[in-house]
Amino acid sequence: MDNSNVDKSRRRFLTAAATVVGGAGTVAGAVPFIATMAPSEKTKAIGAPVEVDISKLQPGELTIEKWQGRPVWILRRTQEMLDDISAQADIVSDPVSEASAQPDYAKNEYRARENEYLVVIGACTHLGCSPKFIEKGIDESPSADKGGFFCPCHGSRFDLAGRVFKGVPAPTNLVVPPYKFISSSRLLIGDDSEAV
Amino acid sequence: MADIEQKVVKGLTGLRDWVDNRFPLTKSWNEHLAKYYAPKNFNFWYFFGSLALLVLVIQILTGIWLTMNFNPSAEGAFASVEYIMRDVSWGWFIRYMHSTGASAFFVVIFLHMFRTLLYGSYKKPRELLWLSGMAIYLVIMGEAFFGYLLPWGQMSYWGAQVIISLFGALPVIGPDLAEWIRGDFVVSGVTLNRFFSLHVIAFPLLILGLVGFHILALHEVGSNNPDGVEIKKNKNAEGIPLDGIPFHPYYTVKDIFGVAVFLFFFFAVVFFAPEMGGYFLEHANFTPADPFTTPTHIAPVWYFTPFYAILRAIPDKLGGVIAMGLAVNIFLLLPWLDRSPVKSIRYRGMNYRIALTAFVISFFVLGWLGMQGVTPLYTWMARFFSVIYFSFFLLMPFYTAMDNDKAVPDRVTD
Repeated sequence: MDNSNVDKSRRRFLTAAATVVGGAGTVAGAVPFIATMAPSEKTKAIGAPVEVDISKLQPGELTIEKWQGRPVWILRRTQEMLDDISAQADIVSDPVSEASAQPDYAKNEYRARENEYLVVIGACTHLGCSPKFIEKGIDESPSADKGGFFCPCHGSRFDLAGRVFKGVPAPTNLVVPPYKFISSSRLLIGDDSEAV
Repeated sequence: MADIEQKVVKGLTGLRDWVDNRFPLTKSWNEHLAKYYAPKNFNFWYFFGSLALLVLVIQILTGIWLTMNFNPSAEGAFASVEYIMRDVSWGWFIRYMHSTGASAFFVVIFLHMFRTLLYGSYKKPRELLWLSGMAIYLVIMGEAFFGYLLPWGQMSYWGAQVIISLFGALPVIGPDLAEWIRGDFVVSGVTLNRFFSLHVIAFPLLILGLVGFHILALHEVGSNNPDGVEIKKNKNAEGIPLDGIPFHPYYTVKDIFGVAVFLFFFFAVVFFAPEMGGYFLEHANFTPADPFTTPTHIAPVWYFTPFYAILRAIPDKLGGVIAMGLAVNIFLLLPWLDRSPVKSIRYRGMNYRIALTAFVISFFVLGWLGMQGVTPLYTWMARFFSVIYFSFFLLMPFYTAMDNDKAVPDRVTD
């Protein structure tokens, strides 16, 4: 083949232009494939806020609700439990939740809107297993002898405010979901907007 | 009689020639089998490549038949597996072959990889052969992980929850990435459905493509051998390696013998110990998935436990994930970490022999530790053996360069 009359710079330009346009097309074509794997509208709708009746919850009792498919714990704490939490500030790694995830109104010692009610997502902040509620006096280990949550997967421990103890794999306190009290006996999990 | 025979032979030859003029049939047969020369000194360790191919065929066949009765939904998956086990004719047999095949795959591949460490088969000019093999290994790990979620038992569920959460440990993109992988806020039917798709379509296609690449790469450079001598250096007048024998019939027959012995053990497990005491099928997986309750003792299947032990040994979430990822992938660097001019362990010095022994011990101990609960003693043991595991690789440039290697013969020995 005779290549002597070929305009090489024109050919280079056309090759480069075709590569750029084809590359951009490939990237654009990948977008729907990636986007389709994100949570669908139906999945998000199932994740809508849930209303919980807490009127029958006894002091010291834990109830588990489902929000976004995740277990949400609601613990009605007694005064003794709250005192125990205060006494453990030295052995938890993030006592005032500086590095943990929670709405501003739960960024306090008891990690709650109202001290009496603890509302947290029951998934370990390490690798997502669901810890178990351990009542006071059952476990002899010093970090949990006042009651708390124990994760069976990798041994993380949390106190009754969902604060993680020092020296366990979980890096932060249990996550507090957005929530608000609609009335004294009804709780809305997943929504904390002021307008009702 | 002879006349008919002659006519049949003539007809078949004619057919072959007709095809050969249109497709490289005889050419491929010769290039890859009848005139593909492999070293004559292969030993026991050279069975596992062909056995890996056999297990792949078993997995694909049984997988196709399992798919006929499996229901990939959160509501139906567990029940459909029980349906296969109880009501489908021979369903238990197909499923036990598939579940045993998963473990057999890793047994065979670990031994295949160990052979490479023994005889330095990853070294020049076989780097791409090694990298493609590693790619197959990584894809099969993914394939096994996706497949393990499908029966939708407790261990399926929480295993997937933990492994996907590993991606959540990555800085900045972590949580969104984990949500994108799950397609939901937690592991759910959505996750199950996409894992099914990846398990039965995407990853098997990847594996087949990579296996093709692996075999093409092998047949380009030729097999290494227990002496680590390049047989292509010594050829006769026709250009045939003096120490080579045609793959067919010599090694096809050897491999068929290996297949028979392997199937003997394989079906002994399928028929008499399909759960293998909870190592191949974990007991907690006989309970349907419950997103609200984590089983008290969770452990991955045995082939992931060495890496899981390394994950737990590091007292930092991101650090643990990085160490685990590194432990799996660091094999990729072997061709460049090894500075010794000698391939086979037969002619290597004490340094490499000691290092390889220590590595194998650490791999087994970590594997055992990954199945145990967490105690302070076990955590310290896991840390100790993790250091040995990584030292094998990270110190390799030094101890292989300083090794007192022996002289390598010019020809293979018998």
